[in-house]
Amino acid sequence: MAHDGTILTAADLAGNGTYGNDPDLRGKFGIFGGRYVPEALIPALDEVAQTYEKAKNDASFIREFDHLLRTYAGRPTTLTDVPRFSEEAGGARVILKREDLTHTGAHKINNVLGQALLTKRLGKKRVIAETGAGQHGVATATAAALMGLECVIYMGAVDCERQALNVARMKLLGATVVPVHNGSKTLKDAINEAFRDWVTNVDSTHYLFGTVAGPHPFPEIVRDFARIIGVEARRQMLELTGQLPTAVCAAVGGGSNAIGIFHAFIGDRDVQIHGYEAAGRGLESGEHALTLTAGSVGVLHGSRTYVLQDDEGQTIESHSISAGLDYPGVGPEHAWLKDSGRATYHGVTDDEAMAAFSLLARTEGIIPAIESSHALAGALKLGQELGPEATILVNLSGRGDKDMGTAMKYFGL
Amino acid sequence: MTTLQDVFAKAKAENRAALIGYLPAGFPSKEGAVKAAAAIVEAGCDVIEIGLPYSDPLMDGPTIQDAVHVALSQGTRIADVMRTVEGVAATGAATLVMTYWNPIDRYGADRFARDLASAGGTGTITPDLTPEEAEPWRVASAEAGIDTVFLVAPSSTPDRIKAVVDCCTGFVYAASLMGITGARDSVNAAAEGLVARTRAHTDLPVCVGLGIGNGRQAAEVAAYADGVIVGSAFIRLLLDAPDEASGLAAVRKLAAELAEGVRQR
Repeated sequence: MAHDGTILTAADLAGNGTYGNDPDLRGKFGIFGGRYVPEALIPALDEVAQTYEKAKNDASFIREFDHLLRTYAGRPTTLTDVPRFSEEAGGARVILKREDLTHTGAHKINNVLGQALLTKRLGKKRVIAETGAGQHGVATATAAALMGLECVIYMGAVDCERQALNVARMKLLGATVVPVHNGSKTLKDAINEAFRDWVTNVDSTHYLFGTVAGPHPFPEIVRDFARIIGVEARRQMLELTGQLPTAVCAAVGGGSNAIGIFHAFIGDRDVQIHGYEAAGRGLESGEHALTLTAGSVGVLHGSRTYVLQDDEGQTIESHSISAGLDYPGVGPEHAWLKDSGRATYHGVTDDEAMAAFSLLARTEGIIPAIESSHALAGALKLGQELGPEATILVNLSGRGDKDMGTAMKYFGL
Repeated sequence: MTTLQDVFAKAKAENRAALIGYLPAGFPSKEGAVKAAAAIVEAGCDVIEIGLPYSDPLMDGPTIQDAVHVALSQGTRIADVMRTVEGVAATGAATLVMTYWNPIDRYGADRFARDLASAGGTGTITPDLTPEEAEPWRVASAEAGIDTVFLVAPSSTPDRIKAVVDCCTGFVYAASLMGITGARDSVNAAAEGLVARTRAHTDLPVCVGLGIGNGRQAAEVAAYADGVIVGSAFIRLLLDAPDEASGLAAVRKLAAELAEGVRQR
């Protein structure tokens, strides 16, 4: 419930176990999650967990976060009906949650503002972060500039090239961008490098983790700071349509935008939850990021979850046209939602995503991020299945400005 | 098979620290790894840790990352790791496997422990396995009769040190610094205090690793620790050598210098 012009309450922030979907004391969602990290990092993770536990029960923290979400990030974001786009979705009513309209152009701003506030409470002056598409890097650099924190962003060298515009934005915002040349030169390697920095500089530095993966407490903290997406959307759906949606859809890479919109609906048993992973060039091609759909249970980046790995536990490099989904792991809560059957995960190919990208632009005048286009493509298919009576809420997690280089190449513009 | 208990008893009798060397399997080649280990053992190294090359070594610095990249691109598999262990154990050194958890998890903890014991391995070091998640591995290792070595760090609180040493058999690995693997100009001053804090909770030998790369540093650490662990400095020499023979000569020379160092406590 909103009151006093605020959008966020303590219950909204943390869910406070309302849906029985919080991790246990060891950070486990069922068999998933936990901490598989060097012992050196355990005290830092404990410190983050304890500081967050206090903060989420502290009215002044909630007020500060709420203030930033409203006056800086531009929340609440609106819902938008997209009737012309919906014609291609079997006539189902598709409604977009417009995270693309937030400051910096993607949902990532929610998490970084929360964690930057937390960084101040931790008494740390430096933040580091990994980034894939560059959106989390830009958001982190933004929050660091706002709060006067030193900021270093690790980004795979391949991604630096794919997302040159975002590299420039981060630099303009005063961040140092470190291209990572190891391994596949993408998000997973940027995460490895950020962990190496953190273990070395943990006294001065907070690792401002960008998704709901990684060791406990990151999956919980990042989820809680992203929860506002679903909390708002649920209220807005009731206001706009008088009922809850038939289904909620989101793209899943690491899974933060998805958990952000899903979480408020987990207790609504009649609402279907659908996540869309990047199928890249198709499952058979081997070039995909189908972690939940085609991966197996393992440990990556400090957490037990679904992983793309070979028969001996070596990580298999993922592929997606969208840098933000190009990750061979996924948040442990998604693994748990999959195994419990509460959410269903599907693959969307590069071509399907690009078709939806173009369709939304032409029918509604909205250029979505390629990441979000995977959810849009999923909604088109789901609409065909569910029929014209259905309402489908899609998390439009970011805008497509950063993707124009890819789009120019793909469409020959 | 030489056990860790044998090694530390012998070192103690000789009033010195044990010397422990690290090399990844499959580097510089599958056979080259055994040759390099044999050269180091000949020159006075007591224990060899064979690294299991893993795609995402988030505790390792550039030197080990480069070596692991070589090993993986030459198709090093767990069977090769076991064969390497077999070859190295035959030299008479106590032989451990150092590995991130996921390869064991995927291979199957029981199967890995059994295969390692059959190959003559005496235990494992698992740098990303914390006491909370270690139970399955401890059970499998105990069953197979191999040791489980875990790490303490300068940041570890007394409670954490206690939890970690309670999981250890063989020895305790004290990470000398907050950071990743790689030789440094000087050994971190925090190491000595960490060893003392660890000894308050265990009678097991405490060995120090990270950042040690020459005889002087080995002597410095040997003054307060039961073992001195060296990895990246050996690997650097192998990476920089123009050919195999000069690489082997270089690591043999360094091992001799380190062996002298651990005897100067």
